[in-house]
Amino acid sequence: MSEPLNASEPDGSPAPAAEARSAGKHAAETASAGTAAVETAAVETPAEEAAAAESREPTVVVDDVHLTYRIVGRGRRGGAPAAVRRVLLREQAPGQRSVHAVRGVSFTAYRGEAIGLIGPNGSGKSTLLRAVAGLMAPSSGAVWTRGQAALLGVSAAMMGGMSGEQNIVLGCLAIGMTPTEIANEYDSICEFAGIGEFVHLPMNTYSSGMGARLRFAIAASRAPDILLIDEALATGDARFRRRSEKRIRELRDEAGTVFLVSHGLGIVRDTCTRAIWLENGRIVMDGDANDVVDAYEDKHDEGAHRPPRPTHRSGARARVYAEPSSF
Amino acid sequence: MTEPTSAPPAPGLQRAGARLPIDEYSRRLWERRWFVAAYSTASNSVGYQGSFLGQAWQLLTPLLNIAVYYLIFGMLLHTNRGVPNFIAFLSVGVFVFSFCTDSLTAGARSITGNIGLVRALQFPRAVLPVSTTLVALLRLLYSLIVLIPIVLITGEPLTWRWLELVPALVLQSMFCLGIAFVVARIGAQVPDTTQALPFVARVWTYTAGVMYSVQTFAAGHGQWVSVLLTVNPGHVYLAIARNALLADNPCGIGTWLLAIAWSVGTLAVSYLYFWRGEEAYGNV
Repeated sequence: MSEPLNASEPDGSPAPAAEARSAGKHAAETASAGTAAVETAAVETPAEEAAAAESREPTVVVDDVHLTYRIVGRGRRGGAPAAVRRVLLREQAPGQRSVHAVRGVSFTAYRGEAIGLIGPNGSGKSTLLRAVAGLMAPSSGAVWTRGQAALLGVSAAMMGGMSGEQNIVLGCLAIGMTPTEIANEYDSICEFAGIGEFVHLPMNTYSSGMGARLRFAIAASRAPDILLIDEALATGDARFRRRSEKRIRELRDEAGTVFLVSHGLGIVRDTCTRAIWLENGRIVMDGDANDVVDAYEDKHDEGAHRPPRPTHRSGARARVYAEPSSF
Repeated sequence: MTEPTSAPPAPGLQRAGARLPIDEYSRRLWERRWFVAAYSTASNSVGYQGSFLGQAWQLLTPLLNIAVYYLIFGMLLHTNRGVPNFIAFLSVGVFVFSFCTDSLTAGARSITGNIGLVRALQFPRAVLPVSTTLVALLRLLYSLIVLIPIVLITGEPLTWRWLELVPALVLQSMFCLGIAFVVARIGAQVPDTTQALPFVARVWTYTAGVMYSVQTFAAGHGQWVSVLLTVNPGHVYLAIARNALLADNPCGIGTWLLAIAWSVGTLAVSYLYFWRGEEAYGNV
């Protein structure tokens, strides 16, 4: 490879030698085997790819992951009598449906990468993120991670009826901090959230911006090895957004690998080194963030005004897995 | 999920969300004890928000239950035959047994009711049934504030035997945690469990001797009825609690041994059962 991907790539990190190389190749193989790969922009020779993998440490290997989950309670027509009839006639259980959210996704992420997951609503981004975090189990295939992966978010553990300070304790305990660690972090969390005296009031009296700030301050108080962010950036006012973006960058440096799910394509361009475009649970394109976002905008924001960019730069590493038009 | 034992593609990589060995899992669960305590007390107090009387319902609900049961079973159906101090007998029965039924119904919702938490944060999922059982225990301990005056006012003597209530409740808590683990996993896989469990809880309540004396009732029936009713874990924990607080309800060493057997056996088996389902709780 002639040039480094991004300035944040670790330079001269200890090479994990042959195993890491085989991991990269393994993932690449399953990727091309699992999907109808149409490699239009692959420019590297196998030797170059191997040399690149040698200097890079894989932190997340997603190996042909499918994920189906069940939705219960989506009402079907006909009310109770129809439901009983369906049970008696041994049709599919009333109100059950399964969603095949992720359909054969493979990729390898390396230390130092910040990967944006983009795609329309319902394309499987959040589900894929949960599979990487180990929160949802793949129906087939496997996700392998080095170190601890954690989703940035504690809102599920917090309770609107409790005060801000009680929620800080609760949220910090939920992300696995000990009472001593909380005592040390408490002041900096309050300061970061910047909600002042409101910290003594119940959270359901907060404005939505204040709640979001407190949640972010708690969630971002600890850096995991692999940080997974799901649409967390677009909260709060402009000043807080700048501060939170700064904190995200700090976390990224501490974390090593960051995944970011966002509809804000500008944020993906600004903060990510690489982007993966998902549609219908499959990878459409995986490569340099700018290239993938360009292609995504061509498909989805036709007519959107943006400065012209060279479509095929030399050394572009984007790999297109399938024609977007086939969906 | 399909091939949990396949080798990692590179050294140092672990399968995401892989179920930990039972000893490591238990250690992580112990590390989360502060979260369990905070989450239980918070969800307990939040449960009473939105009513005018707030946490006063923690005492009012058991009091009203006693009144209703006394009216129906004591005064209308006369199930009080063979029971010297029926009000105290009934009160201990209602309070202590509601710990069992609370654990059962809340345990079934412990995963499904906290699915947001399960899909956002990584922690041993056993935290959730432990937490719902702890809430049920807290409720029982609060109700002692009502129960102990009732028992004393109706003429029971305060003796050293009251201390036996402590081991009795410890054993019962272990058993209740056990059933919470079982129904938590079943409830996560079959959402209809929450609809079916109230019926199970009601049958269990009526067969456990909450509002009648099992000994007096069984005397009129065959030997096997008596054995079935007295081996019932619900009745076993009622018997040792009544033995501790009430003068005329002695129980033998056999009942204590039964209580220990039910507690240890249920908890051990159900903990393993819950742990084996660990990986799939986020997919429900």
